[in-house]
Amino acid sequence: MLSRKLRCLALVAGITAGFSISVSAQSTNIRIGGLATLDGPFVALGQEAFRAMEMAFEEANYTAGGRKIDWIKESSDGRPDVALTKARKLIEQDKVDILIGPMSGGEGLAIKEYAKTAPTKTFVNGFSAAQETTLVSPAANFFRFGADGAQWQAGLGNYVYDTKGYRNVAVVAGDYSFGYTQVLGFMSEFCAKGGKVIEKIWVPNGTKDFSSAIARIPNKADAVYIMMGGADSINFLTQYDQSGAKQPLILGSNVSDQTVLSAKGPFQRRLVGLPSAHMVADGIEDAVYKDYVAKYKKRFPDGLSSPSAPFYGYYVATKAVLAGLNQVAGDLSGDQAKFRAALSKLRLDMPAGQVSLDENRQAIANIYVTEVARAPDGSLYNKVVKVIPNVNQTLGQPREAFVARGVPSRDNPSCP
Amino acid sequence: MKLLLLASLNGITLAALYFIVASGFTLIFGMMRVVNLAHGSLYLIGAYLGHDVAALSGSFPLALAGGALGAALVGMAIHYFLLDRYQGDDLRQALVTIGLSIIAADLLLARYGGLSYQFELPEMFYGSMPMPIVGGYPIFRIVLIGLAIAVYLALWLLVQRTRFGIMIRAGVDDRHMLGAIGVNVPLISTLVFGLGAALVGFAGVVGSSALSIAPGEDARYLLSSLVVVIVGGMGSLPGAAIGALLIGLAEQIGLAYFPTYSIILSFVIMVAVLAWRPYGLLGRPA
Amino acid sequence: MTISPWVGRALLASALLVYPHLATDFWIVSVGAYAMVLGIIALSLTFLTAYGGMISMAQMATAGAAGYALAIFSAHSASAGMALLPWPWAVAAAIAVGTLTGILIGIVAVRSQGIYMLMSTLAIAMIMFYLAQQNTTILHGFDGFSGVAVPRVGGVSLREPLPFYFLCLTSAALLYALVIYLVRVPFGLVIQGIRDDPLRMASLGYRVWLHQVMAFAVAGFIAAVGGVLSLWYHGGISPGSIGITATVNVLIVAVIGGLGHPRGAFIGALVFVLLQNFAVDLVGSNRYNTLIGFVFLVIVMASPDGLTGLWRRLRGMRKGSLDGGVVTQKL
Repeated sequence: MLSRKLRCLALVAGITAGFSISVSAQSTNIRIGGLATLDGPFVALGQEAFRAMEMAFEEANYTAGGRKIDWIKESSDGRPDVALTKARKLIEQDKVDILIGPMSGGEGLAIKEYAKTAPTKTFVNGFSAAQETTLVSPAANFFRFGADGAQWQAGLGNYVYDTKGYRNVAVVAGDYSFGYTQVLGFMSEFCAKGGKVIEKIWVPNGTKDFSSAIARIPNKADAVYIMMGGADSINFLTQYDQSGAKQPLILGSNVSDQTVLSAKGPFQRRLVGLPSAHMVADGIEDAVYKDYVAKYKKRFPDGLSSPSAPFYGYYVATKAVLAGLNQVAGDLSGDQAKFRAALSKLRLDMPAGQVSLDENRQAIANIYVTEVARAPDGSLYNKVVKVIPNVNQTLGQPREAFVARGVPSRDNPSCP
Repeated sequence: MKLLLLASLNGITLAALYFIVASGFTLIFGMMRVVNLAHGSLYLIGAYLGHDVAALSGSFPLALAGGALGAALVGMAIHYFLLDRYQGDDLRQALVTIGLSIIAADLLLARYGGLSYQFELPEMFYGSMPMPIVGGYPIFRIVLIGLAIAVYLALWLLVQRTRFGIMIRAGVDDRHMLGAIGVNVPLISTLVFGLGAALVGFAGVVGSSALSIAPGEDARYLLSSLVVVIVGGMGSLPGAAIGALLIGLAEQIGLAYFPTYSIILSFVIMVAVLAWRPYGLLGRPA
Repeated sequence: MTISPWVGRALLASALLVYPHLATDFWIVSVGAYAMVLGIIALSLTFLTAYGGMISMAQMATAGAAGYALAIFSAHSASAGMALLPWPWAVAAAIAVGTLTGILIGIVAVRSQGIYMLMSTLAIAMIMFYLAQQNTTILHGFDGFSGVAVPRVGGVSLREPLPFYFLCLTSAALLYALVIYLVRVPFGLVIQGIRDDPLRMASLGYRVWLHQVMAFAVAGFIAAVGGVLSLWYHGGISPGSIGITATVNVLIVAVIGGLGHPRGAFIGALVFVLLQNFAVDLVGSNRYNTLIGFVFLVIVMASPDGLTGLWRRLRGMRKGSLDGGVVTQKL
């Protein structure tokens, strides 16, 4: 009995010790918080995120603008509540100056709102890609150096209409905002060309057996556009393959990610040749990009066969922060006003092309239309078939008109 | 018509999987009144271990055996070291298994990472087979029905026709009397727990061949087992079969005709059944 | 050596009042206030368990129902700054929704007992979770609500550290007092009688069913207050706030603290919040869930009455009695 009490005391002592350590670590170093998901459905993505920050910091030798960098990690599980709790801890308790994160859309919306209540700190988005985060009532201190979910699909609609000759497409997608956003990105080009989306099948999050959704795909569809989260897309692809369905697929950005392509399974043989689009592609034939992949493989031998999209998102975010700090020589005084001004004007040359920001601090960046191909070593990768340069958040349309169309939803847009 | 037929077929085959997963749960509850909330963790353990065996040996039958055996050993250890001492205190046992499932999920995540795994099925089970009206249907899903029937028959024979089964049934009715006539009840209990765990480990390999393995599947299959078994009546084998059929059909027909709220349907059925018959369709009070 | 319980209570009260004047904002809000919010939601479960002998997994969902209701009536990031109701009305409506949810859940839940009730309420919680996730028109689907406005009183936002801390402290103290009061009046005595022997109470002429549903109503009210505070704390709510993890967390909090006495809810919440924030410093890496699972397991196995039971037993041992913490055994 007593020993149990002692254990409790030891726990309390340990907590108190942890508290005093984190408080006493105040110094002249720049403190940067990293928020990603090491728990919940996006674990694999979270591991990639922290690898990315590590690689970017190591390249800079943990120094920027002449000051040392302290890196503090926190993990969420993909829920907005948890992301917010951890962000608060980083800002209020760990006293970070800059926060890089989060991973997913709902978390991003929550962190953006929190950013408004902490105007003296700077928030740089990690990989969350909800359109609203920067399109509707943006926060002045929230920056996103990655394209959003609708931007990611730029070029795909035109490509499948012109090159593949598809006219009637059915959609099977995850029934949540990211699914709506990607479908909007795809449809805005495809419908403008005159293509028809004849059926949209929204599959609730948490569904694992898609066979009856597959049964609903109409016969007259030329192709099926699919978009769902990593593990779910593996289930879908397997069941689609087993069902004997013949229609070709068009892949949303998550479906063509390395986290899916690297997964072993019989569905793999169906993937070769399928088109997709994303803000980065592992088949980019460019010396800078190849160097980046080589560095990843050398640094993380236990990582994926090539860096994933979330890796790229967090890598660009961290690089942007480092570049901004270098420009102002590490000067974060005046509530970081100079640093933020520098961030807003950055033109970053990144492995997948140049990134700049619009007036809402949202990235304008290249998008890569790809087709899945098999590398000589047998692994799958996304071969670039077209580069769409400088895609902005409104997909080239006037801002007012774009915003007036409303947020993406189950029924918006529509072209049956 | 074709859609209804396909959706029903999908529902029946999904029910087969649900039944295999839930059979171990209901067996354990029937014998010991233990609500094993680490059931989903055992599913995941079986699936991952099976995957390791398949990676080493390249054999699907060996993977099935490895998954079942691994889960059985873990299950027996859980029962012997952690649960048996709380015999009769069902809440305490449930809480212990909740704690175990939290730890297991985290440790499996540390060991296997967040990526999804799948099994390479033997060529004869992969792909689709011709079928009237619907055109083609995945072979493996038909195999699932066969497996579920085999599991049902084997369990029925075991419980009804063997000495071991007689002891299990006696234990259900009066545990103390069984002990008093010289049967080693704790040993029987641990073996039954191991058998239940072996079934769910086996189900883990089967389920992740039909679908895939990833973190989070533990909670999903725990919930589906709970729903299936509660609807059917806890501890009843025919009940589990009926419950699985109801839930499998509801999920797939729902997904085909009203996808938005289809995911709620199985829970609504469960609450409705509980409100009408608190011990499930074929269950009886403890 | 014995200290009068009143001395202990006075010490605790003054510590709680002085604490926010010494601590940093993080310790005031993210530890202190949040532990009280979580404690209030867990209190609704502890009330049902300790006095009603009923276990409900739907308390987070009940709190969430109130939170969602308040979010709908308040200004939030998708409402262009417009609130449907003035905030006192919105709060009243939210608490009414939460209480009503408690009653409805109770009507279904009291059909079964013990472990069956645990599972049927878990199913209800999952229904509410998926409903929130799938309904986009009213409940905003997967993303839920963010940027919910917190009321200002006399020019001060209730979400400022000190006002929020004292708001939570006052709510927690009042609800705790409500529970202590209720279990001493006839209603509470009947509830406890039903816990111990429902047949006898029924034959004495009490309507068992009605009293149990009323206990769920009280629990719903308590959880609803927690839901309102939780919404203001997070500035939003989403399906994840009432999902399986959040649901199990309430059980973990209540069990760690002890299901036998209402104070266990707050002790459990404090331990849980500390672990959540500082487990990283203790175990160094990402194995936070292993630690929390292990703490939970050790407490379940060592003391069925959680930390409060442990404490009582240690004191009991000194007095020469080993009795303590038998309440949960009866479930």
